[in-house]
Amino acid sequence: MQYLLMLYSNETAWPKMTKAEQEQGVAAYQAYTEALKNAGVYKGSNRLRPTAAATTVRLADGKPQELDGPYIDSKEQLGGYYLIEAPDLDAAISWAARCPGASHGTVEVRPIWAM
Amino acid sequence: MTSSANAERGGPIALFITKPKGESMLSDGTAKAQRMAEAVARRSYGKLIAYLALHTRDVTQAEDALSEAFASALADWPLNGCPLNPEAWLMAVARRKAIDAARRRESGEAAGEHLHLLAEELSAMQTAQEDIPDHRLALMLACAHPAIEAGIRSPLILQVVLGLNAARIASAFRTSPAAMSKRLVRAKEKINQSGIPFSIPEREDMPRRLEPVLDAIYAAFSEGWTDPGGTDAARRDLAEEALFLARLLTNLLPREPEPQGLLALMLYAEARRCARRNAEGEYVPLAEQDPSLWNEAMINEAELLLRHASSLGSIGRYQLEGALQSAHVHRCRTGDADWASVVRLYEALWLITGSPVVAVNRALAIAELKGPHLALQAMQEVADDVRLKEYQSYWAARAELLVKAGEYTEAGNAYEIAIGLEPDPAVRRFLQKRQAALRGSPLPSRQP
Repeated sequence: MQYLLMLYSNETAWPKMTKAEQEQGVAAYQAYTEALKNAGVYKGSNRLRPTAAATTVRLADGKPQELDGPYIDSKEQLGGYYLIEAPDLDAAISWAARCPGASHGTVEVRPIWAM
Repeated sequence: MTSSANAERGGPIALFITKPKGESMLSDGTAKAQRMAEAVARRSYGKLIAYLALHTRDVTQAEDALSEAFASALADWPLNGCPLNPEAWLMAVARRKAIDAARRRESGEAAGEHLHLLAEELSAMQTAQEDIPDHRLALMLACAHPAIEAGIRSPLILQVVLGLNAARIASAFRTSPAAMSKRLVRAKEKINQSGIPFSIPEREDMPRRLEPVLDAIYAAFSEGWTDPGGTDAARRDLAEEALFLARLLTNLLPREPEPQGLLALMLYAEARRCARRNAEGEYVPLAEQDPSLWNEAMINEAELLLRHASSLGSIGRYQLEGALQSAHVHRCRTGDADWASVVRLYEALWLITGSPVVAVNRALAIAELKGPHLALQAMQEVADDVRLKEYQSYWAARAELLVKAGEYTEAGNAYEIAIGLEPDPAVRRFLQKRQAALRGSPLPSRQP
């Protein structure tokens, strides 16, 4: 099965970190990505720009209506994702637990709807 | 367990049999088929579901297929005689029903894959027809998986492993059948769609994964236990079902101590079921119960289980709770109390659970050992816990301690709250008597 690991954390924490801390953070994610690839689990991943760059779109009366900002305003924001292949939820959860995002935020594990 | 008892319990088979008014109306063959179907359901319902759902993880589909298979059995067996291996017969039919259902439901590639999987299992099953492997542990672990909402784990196990229908579970858990059905369906969808595995964890992971299973079984037992009058059949039976599940776990995992601790704990409680009310239906607290009314065989079994569990070398919540029961039983029988050990057991339990309920009981034991003032102090540690505000036993315990400390006015107030929180009329009357007795007490005293 494929699972999407959605990484939620407080995006205001990042700019407050020192350069060394930021480098350490990036290195942790790189190591995690490497481990996923090494285990043949990795399907894809991306880091998202902060929600200040987000635009929400919906169609109102047939016309697209754009709104500045994220869909949900919350304390922790979606900051990135990993798409992984895992045999079952337990395997997906154990990968989610290893993700650096699980220690500085929350990781939501969602199964992909196979079409 | 006789088959007629099972029919009254409305086990899985009650889904398919409309209970006849007069047994004599039935032909011998039909009655025999029903008895056999009931016996198989009792013995193997969960086993059949677990095997049917093992690879597809689709519990709902397995339930539907098995229910159709039982219906076929009741039509076929009276005509053609009961099969020698009814489990294998039901499994083969249920498999075919599952394949038929998948054909009807699905199309395209997904169906192909699904059907292939089912067909593969069918052939594997036919070669091993004599003995259906027991995957009930994997099924229970899936039902009590941490990803499943905690409150539905117990009903889910009762339905999926024992075949109780949603209406009976709902009545035992005091919710509406519709609401219970909905939550059960959602939980089964979660198992299926999120890929919760039907597998046995590694040995070192087992205690952690087993804990929610044990908690779910104990929750079922507790629901059954809260019907002291024994008037609510659905709830009384729940205690029996919980004992069945705990026994099953001890058989499946003979080297794990906690299932044995749980079974012991429940047996101690069950042994005292009849002694909780006197002939007038009034509540009798443990200390005033007549030990000769207790079920000796259950207590002996519990003692053996605890001893065996402790030889397996790892302590846990249920063994500690069992040991406390053992100490209470010993004290009530012999008048010989070892309060120091009881306090130590509560200390250990408090460290594991951090439960305010444990803290309340610990305080009562401290009162016996060191007097009411130290006990009230110990209770004060958890007094701010909001969970206690609604917990009758906390207020009743507090009242008892205040009486012993001579604080009659405050004791009266604590009784008042306890009475207000208690749903059981017999316990309410008991508390009211205690409260009324205060008025005959010496004048309220101030702290010495």
